[in-house]
Amino acid sequence: MEVTLRIKRFNPETDKKAHFEEYAVEVDPRDRVLDALNQVKWYQDGTLTYRRSCGHGICGSDAMRINGRNRLACKVLMQDLGKRVTLEPLMGFRIEKDLLVDMDGFFDKYKSVKPYLIADNPPAHGERLQSPEERHLFDDTTKCILCAACTTSCPVTWMSDDFVGPAAIVNAHRFIFDSRDQAGAERLQILNKGTGVWRCRTVFNCTDACPRDIKVTEAIEQVKRALIFGDQ
Amino acid sequence: MAFHRYDAVVVGAGGAGLMAAIQMAGKAKVAVVSKLYPTRSHTGAAQGGISAALGNTEEDHWEWHMYDTVKGGDYLVDQDAAEVLAREAIDAVYELEHMGLPFNRTPDGRIDQRRFGGHTRNFGEAAVRRACYAADRTGHMIIQTLYQQGIRHNLNFFDEHHLVDMIFTDDGQCAGVVTYEIRTGELHVIHAKTVLVAAGGYGRIFRVTSNALAGTGDGVAIPYRRGIPLMDMEMYQFHPTGLYKLGVLLSEAARGEGGVVRNRDGEAFAVRYAPTLADLAPRDMMSRFIYEEIKAGRGIDGKDYVLLDVSHLPPEVIDEKLPDITDFARTYLGVEPKKEGVPIQPTAHYAMGGLPTNVDAQVISDPAGTIVPGFYSAGEAACVSVHGANRLGTNSLVDLVVFGRRAGKKMVEDIATLDWATLPKNPEEFAREQIEGLKTQQQGERAADIRKAMQDIMMDNVSVYRDEALLLEAQQRIGELQESYKHVGVMDKGSTYNMDLLEAMELGNMLDLAETIVHGALARQESRGAHYRGDFQARDDANWLAHSMIYRENDASLRLEKKPVVITRFEPKERKY
Ligand SMILES: Cc1cc2nc3c(=O)[nH]c(=O)nc-3n(C[C@H](O)[C@H](O)[C@H](O)COP(=O)(O)OP(=O)(O)OC[C@H]3O[C@@H](n4cnc5c(N)ncnc54)[C@H](O)[C@@H]3O)c2cc1C
Ligand code: SF4
Ligand code: FES
Repeated sequence: MEVTLRIKRFNPETDKKAHFEEYAVEVDPRDRVLDALNQVKWYQDGTLTYRRSCGHGICGSDAMRINGRNRLACKVLMQDLGKRVTLEPLMGFRIEKDLLVDMDGFFDKYKSVKPYLIADNPPAHGERLQSPEERHLFDDTTKCILCAACTTSCPVTWMSDDFVGPAAIVNAHRFIFDSRDQAGAERLQILNKGTGVWRCRTVFNCTDACPRDIKVTEAIEQVKRALIFGDQ
Repeated sequence: MAFHRYDAVVVGAGGAGLMAAIQMAGKAKVAVVSKLYPTRSHTGAAQGGISAALGNTEEDHWEWHMYDTVKGGDYLVDQDAAEVLAREAIDAVYELEHMGLPFNRTPDGRIDQRRFGGHTRNFGEAAVRRACYAADRTGHMIIQTLYQQGIRHNLNFFDEHHLVDMIFTDDGQCAGVVTYEIRTGELHVIHAKTVLVAAGGYGRIFRVTSNALAGTGDGVAIPYRRGIPLMDMEMYQFHPTGLYKLGVLLSEAARGEGGVVRNRDGEAFAVRYAPTLADLAPRDMMSRFIYEEIKAGRGIDGKDYVLLDVSHLPPEVIDEKLPDITDFARTYLGVEPKKEGVPIQPTAHYAMGGLPTNVDAQVISDPAGTIVPGFYSAGEAACVSVHGANRLGTNSLVDLVVFGRRAGKKMVEDIATLDWATLPKNPEEFAREQIEGLKTQQQGERAADIRKAMQDIMMDNVSVYRDEALLLEAQQRIGELQESYKHVGVMDKGSTYNMDLLEAMELGNMLDLAETIVHGALARQESRGAHYRGDFQARDDANWLAHSMIYRENDASLRLEKKPVVITRFEPKERKY
């Protein structure tokens, strides 16, 4: 089937402002949006720029706005989109070129919540023990691929630069609720600041955007509850 | 141009590269160079598990793991290396757990383990539970955990830097690397005492593959062009269960949990070929069984695919243990695995061959094992060789952590004794010319056309089934494509995120590797593991119980030498399952 891709373009070396360009492509209904983008890049316009790698929703490279919603280009099929498809970069981050945005700030916020296990003295031999029930408490938030779809769908992050954003909270949650970790209190204090969880207005955009089906809003709520009731 | 000096440069931030870098943290000045953000590395796509004889759910011993690895590799495995792999796997898995990796757990809180193809108890008696796992996203958890540790250790990441050249002195010492900063287009020379290449595999040479678009083998091709030989390149693994046409992998874990592969008659045919292990026979065999079924007209509707069936498994097993791969079937094929079979076909998956190394990850330059000072390799880019002619499932992740760790330790040791190599004048010149050449080419050939032609010929002529006629045709075709490649041009002439340019460079790398694969496959007149020759169907230990080492001569011709296989405990036997 033939479809028209309306793609937001911006080349910092030549353009003052972003603008739309249209491309007609012949696609299979089961093609991914990423396949359609590749078709344009490989056979029509080699200057079109976006990140991609795994092609099946596992590396987190190609989150973008597809018909106005944050999605991974490799996880949406053309058949689900209609004949005209609008592709834009994620909102709220500086555009580097076309659909590719500056992710530095995003990773800085991720790093600010100490996203690594803090626990001393592992046993001399063998593993630390953890029951399946304990493991289950943070299973959902281990699935995050750091694609930024959630953070860039959140109206609070559009308004203010300093909110850590849902992705960082998800990754803090992953450690706060890990029975092996000993720095939960420290991370909770980071998220208790003016830049932390209290900025969340429970809009649920993040949950809708997450390509890994992580219950992002629920994770944020659990962190809030831990702050109020101390029940991690 | 920017200039840097580091004790160690790690090229590649997948499992192997990060594991090595973490070992060096605090002990040496380390730079980690990666063309992708580290967490985008393809290690994150690994699904099924990482094997280690922990014996958490039933009796197991590293000797059994070693035996399975050797037999699985059709005896082309170097047994000293397999012993290291199987022994150190145990500690390596515990180390990952200590770093925070969220493994699935047994009821008593230990790391849970499951079955996987080719892993057996007591030297082949029956399948054993050896694969440690985190649902079906074990690789995702490994890359996340290692990157988290990298942050914790404050590693110097050169994110979105593309390796474009390696620097060697005239007397063969590695002196550093040249990288291209993707964001700005600037070239960087990193002068280094030690360089580790852990830049992953090259499945993108084939049309149907489980590998990422970034899996183009740059880290293997670049040193090869600088005179380093490549080992066992003809040994390329096709995984039996890739999503039809897309190649996206459905992990062996599906069969480990009880799934079966069926032909058009609904028959679970594997048991007919491999009575003991049936659907858990090693990948090279399963892929060939599928090939045979399709050739005999028993593909679905007579087409070139069969069905992976998990519909008889309890729904909660599917949800708890196979969530991602069932999601792939739903998303990409619109198939509900709880109710129906999923269309699958063999998919290009894993490079057993690569840069030859010893067990300390030092790259060697000849069959005698002469070390290239300052140069190391680990992970899929390397060939130790622990996988021989066919890698067992879960053994790559073990390889990454065991030999990544060894690489890091060895590099720390060597940094203390190695002298700084003198850099040649203008070390970035070659890369600069290459880039300018691509950018200024007028009316050139289109990279996408050449790439497609390469992928087609490699898939059709050099995959699960090979013979002389097919290989000669492929050889000629690849030669022609290399010629066309000299006229490739790029449309994007800019400096900012010029992915057009990088894709063209990647294609050049893949073509050179494709040439070595075909060369090795033509030379090896026998069938062993993943390398199956219709015109030489038997394994030939008298002539080919040997690794192939391929060199590129100055006149661009290829030369092949044989390197004997190291045999310690297990004498080669016929391989039956
Ligand atoms: C879908 C799938 C499932 C798998 N499942 C399993 C499993 O269950 N168990 C198992 O044991 N194995 C599995 N494997 C195999 C295993 O995952 C890979 O072999 C392994 O992860 C490779 O790791 P690596 O560290 O060598 O390279 P990768 O993780 O591929 O990383 C390569 C790194 O090199 C960098 N790089 C590449 N080229 C350049 C360049 N030119 N310049 C700079 N940097 C560069 C990349 O950015 C990246 O950081 C699976 C593989 C696939 C594809
Ligand atoms: S929580 Fe979901 S949407 Fe947010 S970064 Fe992680 S994977 Fe992406
Ligand atoms: S390309 Fe990896 S998530 Fe889309």
